[in-house]
Amino acid sequence: MLEGAVGAAVLALTALGLSLVFGVMRVVNVAHGEFFMLGAVIAWFVATSIGGHPAVGFVAALALAPVIAGLVAVLVDRLILKPVKYDPEATIVGTIGVLYILQQTALMTYGPEARPVEPPFSHRIALPWFEWGENGLAMFYPWGLSTNSYKLFVIGAAIAILLAFWLIMTRSKAGLIMRATQLDRETALAFGIPVSRVYSIVFGLGAGLAALAAVLIVPIQQAHYLMGHDPLLLSFIVVIIGGLGSVRGTVVAAVLIGMSDGIISVFLSPTLAKIIATLLVALVLVFRPQGLFGKKPA
Amino acid sequence: MILLETKGLTRIYGGLTAVDGVDFALPQGEVHALIGPNGAGKSTFVGMISGRIPASAGEVWFDGQNVTALAAHARIRRGMAYTFQITAVYARLSLADNLALALRSRDRAAALAALDRVGLADRADQMTGDLAYGHQRLLEIAMGVAQKPRLLILDEPTQGLAESEIEGFNALIRELAGETTILLIEHNMNVVMALADRITVLDMGAILASGTPVEIHANRAVQDAYLGTG
Amino acid sequence: MSIGTRSTLLHLGLIALLFVLAFVLPSYHQGNLARIMVLATYAIGYNVLFGYTGLLSLGHAMFFGAGMYGLGLAMQYGGLGVIPAFVVALICAAVLSAVVAMLALRTIGVAFMIVTLMFAQAGYLTVLYFGAWTRGDEGFVIAQSARQIAGLDLTQPTTRYLAALVLFSAALLITARMMQVSFGSVLIGVRENEERTRMLGYDVFRHKLAAVIISGTISGAAGAGYAVLFGYVGATFTSVQYSIFPLLWVLLGGAGTTIGPLVGTLFMFYLIDYSSGLTNAYMLIAGVVLVLLTLFARLGLVGEIRKRWVAWLP
Repeated sequence: MLEGAVGAAVLALTALGLSLVFGVMRVVNVAHGEFFMLGAVIAWFVATSIGGHPAVGFVAALALAPVIAGLVAVLVDRLILKPVKYDPEATIVGTIGVLYILQQTALMTYGPEARPVEPPFSHRIALPWFEWGENGLAMFYPWGLSTNSYKLFVIGAAIAILLAFWLIMTRSKAGLIMRATQLDRETALAFGIPVSRVYSIVFGLGAGLAALAAVLIVPIQQAHYLMGHDPLLLSFIVVIIGGLGSVRGTVVAAVLIGMSDGIISVFLSPTLAKIIATLLVALVLVFRPQGLFGKKPA
Repeated sequence: MILLETKGLTRIYGGLTAVDGVDFALPQGEVHALIGPNGAGKSTFVGMISGRIPASAGEVWFDGQNVTALAAHARIRRGMAYTFQITAVYARLSLADNLALALRSRDRAAALAALDRVGLADRADQMTGDLAYGHQRLLEIAMGVAQKPRLLILDEPTQGLAESEIEGFNALIRELAGETTILLIEHNMNVVMALADRITVLDMGAILASGTPVEIHANRAVQDAYLGTG
Repeated sequence: MSIGTRSTLLHLGLIALLFVLAFVLPSYHQGNLARIMVLATYAIGYNVLFGYTGLLSLGHAMFFGAGMYGLGLAMQYGGLGVIPAFVVALICAAVLSAVVAMLALRTIGVAFMIVTLMFAQAGYLTVLYFGAWTRGDEGFVIAQSARQIAGLDLTQPTTRYLAALVLFSAALLITARMMQVSFGSVLIGVRENEERTRMLGYDVFRHKLAAVIISGTISGAAGAGYAVLFGYVGATFTSVQYSIFPLLWVLLGGAGTTIGPLVGTLFMFYLIDYSSGLTNAYMLIAGVVLVLLTLFARLGLVGEIRKRWVAWLP
C-alpha cells in the first residue's frame, strides 16, 4: 500500500511535468523520461562528489539536479523546438533524437551500471495494529508491517510540491501568464506576453519536475541510464487517462494508477497488467480523447 | 424538377442555433444566390447540404433521394461539388496535379482544358503555393467546375478577386448556367444581381425572403437591412 | 522520355546494380547489404504510410514483429515450410494492421502517434508474456535445415543476398507502381489536404485504411524475410527502438520518395556499423541524426536532391 503511494507520488510529479509542457506548449516531449534519468544520475554525481553525511549530498542534489536538467531542457527548447516552430511532428521526431542523445551520453559518462544513492535518513517505523484481546483493545507491532521514514518523507515532499505548484498556477502572476499562453497563443502575444520566453521556462520547468521526482526516488531505486523508459510510458498513461493538459486530472490519474499498479499485480502477472494498461490507454485515446476525467468539449 | 431540397434543416452549436429549421428548394438549372449578413448561417447551411457539417435535425434531399445519412464524399460522388470559402487547394502540388485529383483522371488534356476555363492553362506545371491569391481562388473554382457536378456550391467565390478577374468569373458562371445548377454564397451584390436567377436572404439562421433579384431589390425589409438605400 | 518511363528505368537500373553487386562485393559487405535490403523493405512499408499518406506511426515494430513471429512460430511449432510460413506471416501482419487501423484511424495527429506507440508496446509485452513459446528477449533460432525453398539453401550467402533482393525489388516495384496510379495520387491528396480530398468525393477513411494495411503487410513481409534469412526471432525487434528505426531511415533517405528508404537505411546502417566499433553508445548517432534532420533537412537526402537538382525523381 505504502509502496504504491510512493510510486504514485513520484509518478504524479513526473507526469505533471509532461502535462504542463503539453498543456501550455502543445508539445509531446518524448525525451521526458530522460530528464527523469538525468535527475537521478546528477543526484548520484553530486552525492558522491560531496561526501560527508548523506543528507548534505542529498540536499545539494535536490537543489542542483532539477536546475541542471531544467537548463538542459531550456537549451533543447532554444536549439531544437523553437527553430522548428513547435510543429507537432517535428517536435516529436526532434525529442526522440534528444531522448537518444541524453540516454547515450549518460551511458558514455556514467556507464552501464546501476548505482545507489544513500538516503539522507532512514528509520524503520513500525506501524501499530489494533486487536481485541483479553484486556480489550490492544495495540501491538506485528513483524512486517512497517515502513521507513524516508518513504514517508517522499510522499510528504511530493504533496508539498504539488500544492505549491497548484498555488503558483492559480494564484501567482507567473501562473496567470502560463494559463493565458495555454488558452490562446496569439492573444497572449498581442497582450505583450513574451511567449517564447514562457515556452522556454515551461519546458525547463517540466524537465525540472521530472528531475526532482527522480532525486526523491533515487535513494529507493538505483540510478541507471535506461531508467527513463518506464516513467515516460507511465507518465503518458497518466496524462492521457487524466486528460491531456489537465493538472487536476493528472494528479488524480497518477494516484489511481500508482496505487492500482501494486494491487493489480497481486492478481495478475505484472506483464499482463502492463498489457492491459497500455491497451486501455490506447482505447481511451481512441474513444475518449479528453481523458476519463476531462470534460467533453461542447 | 427539384434537384435539391432541405426540410427543417437545423444546426445547433452548444446552445446556439446557427441554422433554424430551414425549408429550401432548388430547381434544376437555376443559379441561386444565398445572401445575408455575417453570422446569418450561410456557410453552416451549405456545409450541411454538402455533408461537411452534420445536421442537428432535418433532412437533405438530393435528386429525389434522402442523402442526410450520407457522408460528404458520398454526396460529392452523387454529383455535388463544393468550393471552400477559405481557399483549400493542394499548395505543394502543381496545378495539373490539383486538377487530376478533381477530375479523377490523369488525362493531361482534360486538366489543361479545365484550367483554360479560368485562364490558368499556361501555369499548369507551376507549384500551386507560388500562385497569387486571386489565381488560387480561380483554381479552386476550376476544380469545382472540372468535376462536372449537377450541383455546384460556391462559398464566396469572388472574395479576394480583382475587378477584372470578377468579370471573368461572371462570364464563366453564365457559361455554366446552361449545364449545371449553382448555389452561390456571395457578398458582392453586383455579382449577385448579374448572375442569380433567384435569391434567398438568410438572417439569424432563418429565411427572411426569397425571390427574383428584382423582387429582392424591391423588398423593403431586405433593402433596409442589407442592401442599403442604393 | 516521360516521367513514368524515367522512374521505371531508375528502379530497374537500381535492381540491376544490386544484382551485380551480389557477385562483386566482399563477403562482409555482401552480408551487410543483404541485411540492409531486408530492412529497407521495412522502410518502404513505413514510407507508404508516413511518406505518402502523411500518417506518422510510432508503432510499426508490431507489424514487423507480426511477420517475424508469424513466420517463426509457424515454422518452429507448426512445422511449415518457408513459403507457407511466409504466407502465414503476411496474413498475420495484414490482420493486425487492419485491426489497429480501424481503431487508430479514429484519431489524428499526436493522438495517432501515441495510440500506435501504445499498441506496439502492448504487442512487445505480449511477446514477453508468452515467453514459453517466444523465448522472450532471448529469442529463438530457426534451424538451418529448415531455411530452404525447393532445394535453395537460404543460409548460403549469395542465395540469401538474392532472396533479399527479390523481397526488396517486389516491395519497391509494387509501391512505385502504386504511386503511378490514381490510388497513389489520392494518398498524396490525403497527406496534403485531407478535407479538400474528402470534398472532392474521395472516401478518405478507406484510403487511409488501405494505406495502413499495405504499409503493415510490407513491414510484416520484411519481418518474415529477416527471420528466415538470418534465422533469428527475438523480442527486441518488436520494441520501441524498432518502431523508431524505420522513421529514422525514411526521414534520412527522404519521405515520399521511392528510393529514399534504401538510401536512408544504407547510410544509417553503415554509420551505426562504424560508430559501434568506436563506442557502445552507438545509438547516440541515431539521436544526433534525428535532431539534425529535424533542424536542417526535413526532406531527407533524396528529397533535397529532388528539390535542388532532379525534379523528376519519383
